[in-house]
Amino acid sequence: MAEKIAITSEGVALLDRITKLSGEKITMCDQCGTCTASCPMVAEMDVTPSQLMRMVQLGQNDVLDTKTMWLCASCFACTVRCPRGLDLSKVAEALRQITLRKAIDRIDVREIPEDDLDELPQIALVAALRKLTG
Amino acid sequence: MTQDKASRARGDRREAGSGGTRLPYYPGCTLKTTARNLEDSALAVARALGIELVELPRWNCCGVVASLTDDDLMRHLAPLRNLIRVQEANAAGIVEDEMRLVTLCSMCFNTLKRTNARVAERPEDLEKLNDLMYKEEDYEGGVEVVHFLEILREIDPETIRRNVKRPLEGLKVAPYYGCTLLRPKEIGIDDPERPTAQDDIIRELGAEVVDNPRKTVCCGSYQTVANKDAVADLAYDILTHARAAGADVLTTFCPLCAFNLDNRQREVAARHPDFEHMPVLYLTQLMALAFGLGEEACRFDLNFVDPAGVLEASQLVKEES
Amino acid sequence: MSTKTSMMERISESTRSLTTGVDTKDVEHWVTIHIMGRGYRVPADLTIMTAMEFAGYKLIRSCGCRQGFCGACATVFRRKGEYRLETALACQTRVEDGMSLVQIPFVPADAASYDVAAEEYSYTVFSKHYPEVARCVSCNTCTKACPQDLEVMDYVQAAIKGDFEALTEASFDCIQCGLCAIRCPAEIAQYHVAQLGRRMYGRYGSAEPEHLKNRVAQIEQGEFDEALDELVGATKDDLKKRYAARERESD
Repeated sequence: MAEKIAITSEGVALLDRITKLSGEKITMCDQCGTCTASCPMVAEMDVTPSQLMRMVQLGQNDVLDTKTMWLCASCFACTVRCPRGLDLSKVAEALRQITLRKAIDRIDVREIPEDDLDELPQIALVAALRKLTG
Repeated sequence: MTQDKASRARGDRREAGSGGTRLPYYPGCTLKTTARNLEDSALAVARALGIELVELPRWNCCGVVASLTDDDLMRHLAPLRNLIRVQEANAAGIVEDEMRLVTLCSMCFNTLKRTNARVAERPEDLEKLNDLMYKEEDYEGGVEVVHFLEILREIDPETIRRNVKRPLEGLKVAPYYGCTLLRPKEIGIDDPERPTAQDDIIRELGAEVVDNPRKTVCCGSYQTVANKDAVADLAYDILTHARAAGADVLTTFCPLCAFNLDNRQREVAARHPDFEHMPVLYLTQLMALAFGLGEEACRFDLNFVDPAGVLEASQLVKEES
Repeated sequence: MSTKTSMMERISESTRSLTTGVDTKDVEHWVTIHIMGRGYRVPADLTIMTAMEFAGYKLIRSCGCRQGFCGACATVFRRKGEYRLETALACQTRVEDGMSLVQIPFVPADAASYDVAAEEYSYTVFSKHYPEVARCVSCNTCTKACPQDLEVMDYVQAAIKGDFEALTEASFDCIQCGLCAIRCPAEIAQYHVAQLGRRMYGRYGSAEPEHLKNRVAQIEQGEFDEALDELVGATKDDLKKRYAARERESD
């Protein structure tokens, strides 16, 4: 059963905001799916990278509830392969920042298990906190 | 700063082996702790090739991964400070007329280079950042961030071959490139789909290059903190493809890739009972071995999967005579 | 008409400050400062601390050694015409005309619990107890906030690198006033991180003082038992005599 969605003025505002924050022309995405095929973390995601782009194009606010942008590893594979030259890693960052800037962190630094903290190299901790906390 | 890249490369070819190129070197935090094997082997290899990697005074953590939003300036401060340190090192005579900044860590390379590019593209942002950092001298632009692999690539292959005391004959090596060394295109040092920079050097060491179709697939990066299982599965994929292609060892140039592909083999084995461990070495460790620079340079003690077994099998590890 | 004046009337007519002893008849130069938004006329050569007392504040917090050592009197102020918020120690800083200020008596930053003896001498001690230190963005706000002019960012970076010696040297003069932590965008409590670092360095990094080791050994071997027993058994008069006759530096 097809679900009807509405493109509201809030939705357009969301698209605008993410377009500005990422600096990418999101409406240029033609949904070819190359990003999805390139993404190393796609198996863990609830929506694929190209579905993410579509949701943003249509101003769907529940894009902010997906796990996708939090699972992004910032590997830039999508960036180099997009036939439209779009940088999807920047869109993922913009989506993360909308939540992070509300002081809602994705991971709690104090809840990382002590055993992990004992062996993680600084590069892993610094990078995770950069991307997943505000 | 008057030399262009090509003439500097020529200079390197002249000077390599004759002792004397001093290059500003940015280590990054992890190279001082868990990735000492990368630092020790690289510094020793560089010295053998006539390059002194001079550590930048007062460097700070570069804050991987690069900040990607259009409006964020604060997260460019950390990389920018290190670029100012290169200016200071030149002014203090620690290095002479040398605005290249060499990194060993691919992620640091990517982060520093992206900030450098960002402030070059947007001078008004640079002005704001300089103004905010009123306790520092202004960043004038002009620093060139390079990865050590680029320096190695510019060295005459004959110089490298001349340093090989112990050719790694019979060793099958699958070079792993990862992401931040190659992508995005404006930052990367090689073709993001078909890189060859490590391959050439491995051949010069006398070893055989095995092509791993997963050589540019991400190891999972910082997801290793919150999503260990996903990273273990990626490592499984990358390493089993390398083994299927016939590789004995994997080489890498990034401490996070090394952690995910080496240390996380423990998690891989737990999730995949059929998994066979494979040593993961930094390319410079392999070079140090081939150059005969000794245990203190190779630092195999810091590798999780001990390469001794594989190297013995290829008769590459012999008692120092 | 009664010639007796009440205590309050006498105080209000007096020109002598009860707390600072400054007699306003003697003051030549006055300045106006704003304490928590309210203006006061105070003598120009007072410190912020004594100026607040002159203005009638009784300081029971944000006041300690009065010597620039204890870190209690952390003050945030702004000079007239400036936009920048600056920091200082109230006991060490002179008032200026048009200065606007407030005090921060206490910073409730979390202090981790740890046993230095049980920790590994590595950067992981910070990952475990203050993992937020990895959030440092090298913005240098902490350094700008430090009233002791310490290079706070440098010592935080030393923690991230696991360089205990550099951390100890750079943070040694920290008086734990907390102003750095209040301003940090990454919500790090720099001074607590440094405390942990110095403790680790003291135990694992720095050389053990030989004379201390020897003295402790002497004590444990009982070399001072007799002398201590004598003192413990002495009368009060005896102790007074000994105290007055003690060997000391000249007055």
